Amino acid sequence: MLALTPAISVGSALAPITLQTLGVMLAGALLGWWRGALAAVTYLLLALAGLPVLAGGTGGVEPFVGPSAGYLYGFVLGAAATGWLVDRIRGRVTAPKVFGAAIVGGVAVIYAIGIPVSAAVAGIPLWTAITGSWVFLPGDLIKAVLTALVVAAVVRAYPPAGPAARRR
Amino acid sequence: MGRFRSGAGLLGAYVPRDSVVHRAPAGLKLAALAVVSVAVLLVRSWSGVGALAVLVLAVAVASRVGPRALLVQLRPLVWLVPAVLALQWWAHGPARAAVLSARLVLLVALAALVVLTTRTTEVLTAIEHGARPLRVVGVRPERVALVLALAIRSVPVLAALADDVHDAQRARGHERDLRAFAVPLVVGTLRRADALGDALRARGVDD
Repeated sequence: MLALTPAISVGSALAPITLQTLGVMLAGALLGWWRGALAAVTYLLLALAGLPVLAGGTGGVEPFVGPSAGYLYGFVLGAAATGWLVDRIRGRVTAPKVFGAAIVGGVAVIYAIGIPVSAAVAGIPLWTAITGSWVFLPGDLIKAVLTALVVAAVVRAYPPAGPAARRR
Repeated sequence: MGRFRSGAGLLGAYVPRDSVVHRAPAGLKLAALAVVSVAVLLVRSWSGVGALAVLVLAVAVASRVGPRALLVQLRPLVWLVPAVLALQWWAHGPARAAVLSARLVLLVALAALVVLTTRTTEVLTAIEHGARPLRVVGVRPERVALVLALAIRSVPVLAALADDVHDAQRARGHERDLRAFAVPLVVGTLRRADALGDALRARGVDD
């Protein structure tokens, strides 16, 4: 199952840039908390190595020290949290259940790490950083909805990707 | 030929030159950058900014990559810095805002110099070496290297898959349906990943 991880992280890299949190949520939901986190780590290592997989087609070391660096580190915990919650879904994997997991893991956890780091690196007050991040919220909510719809359909079409198969 | 297959520019922004900075080990450059970027968070004064500027300038000159390559790397800051500067001005006043913005630009410039002088393959090797101490907690460095290599190899494979799905979608008149694109793409990716996992297990790579 080792190979699952790079394939998915590259899947998220292929997606047009701003969809990177979509990849994080998908990886967590479809791979479980541990492999989801490993997929996020793989993605970050590829970016670090200079592959242009980050937002705006960038890569390299700059994003890891810039003001949005915290969001990148947050991807790992975000994928893990999404996966952990999806792993706890009992019964049928429906879009609303996945949506809940994606909101907590893919949005709340990532913001909780990204916002304080951007405040520290950019030298702005925490509250300003919080209010400044509102602009990303609508996009991230849409991505959580997309994750939910895609994951529900994928688990129906390919049951091995569902939480029930991982529990076995 | 589909729109996903091009995959141009995967080789990064490396500028080949013969310089001390290019010859320095990738791991050393990354570690130094990590140390400097943490130290920069403590810079609050013009003297600190000056010291950082001297460091960046020295590395830039020594690397011989030329100002143009460096400026291209800094281009994303054109939008970010004015916005950050305005926020800092409003929060801390003009003097502090200038210091904080300057340290941000310098830090990104330093990171850009690491990018311009280091090949992707060198960074991957450095990551493999860097993972060695993690053996204690059960990380196998050669496995890390394999995962990264497989991930890079998967890019053209998945790009081809994305093209096939896109064509199938067009043939059925569902061009604008994002779900009709994403679901088959993800399922196809998972199938391929499982097949690759089987192939690796058959060769005794996985346990």
